[in-house]
Amino acid sequence: MAEQQGRVVGFITGEVRAFEFGSEPCGWVFALNVDPEIRVHNVGTRLFETLCETFGRAGVEKVRTMLNRDNHLVLSFFRSLGMMAGPFIQLEKDLD
Amino acid sequence: MKLQKATLCGLYAVLELAAHSDQQISAAEIADKYDISINHLAKVLRSLVRAKLVESVRGAGGGYRFSGNPKRVTLLDVIELFEEVGRDAEDSPPVYLDEGLALHKVLREIDDIAIATLSSISITTLLKIIEKQKRGTKADTKAPVRSSAEGV
Repeated sequence: MAEQQGRVVGFITGEVRAFEFGSEPCGWVFALNVDPEIRVHNVGTRLFETLCETFGRAGVEKVRTMLNRDNHLVLSFFRSLGMMAGPFIQLEKDLD
Repeated sequence: MKLQKATLCGLYAVLELAAHSDQQISAAEIADKYDISINHLAKVLRSLVRAKLVESVRGAGGGYRFSGNPKRVTLLDVIELFEEVGRDAEDSPPVYLDEGLALHKVLREIDDIAIATLSSISITTLLKIIEKQKRGTKADTKAPVRSSAEGV
């Protein structure tokens, strides 16, 4: 969590997942949110970097995330941190 | 994904100017570095100036300067100045046929990913990718060269 003067201004959650879909263990970012009033002050970046350091200490070498492709803001943010598309494709189907 | 020549030209010009935002760079320098015809480049630069991504600098030396916000301008913004991306194939295949609708649905998957990718990469982000590429290239060239005398 990111705090500013005792107030929570952002959070990030994630975990290490092993062998999901045949992949080696890696860190996953599940959610990230920063108070809109203080965005672009590097809080999101620092939250991400702190989580990645935690993942590194846990012994993994890769971080992944998944998000809606219409979420341009968050997509752009993760890409600005060096993330690129991975080898997986998400498929889905409605159940009759 | 294949981009048209003019589009590539536009992207290279934007990247070169944005990477050196504190300098004025002439069309000749860009044409030379990327091996582009200067006439072709001049036309492309005019489009970029019209779109207010680039401004031409008058006076001694002249040249061009990137005038957009590199954190906000995306690859899609530049590409769309020169070609259509994710074009809704309305006429081909014909959508009044079920076969056409089904094919359209499948092709739409590719269009959607293309747009999501290009619209999420800002010029700043691509410049970071280029820097990473440069570091990788440098590391490769520093790798020890095997002597042909080895094993003799």
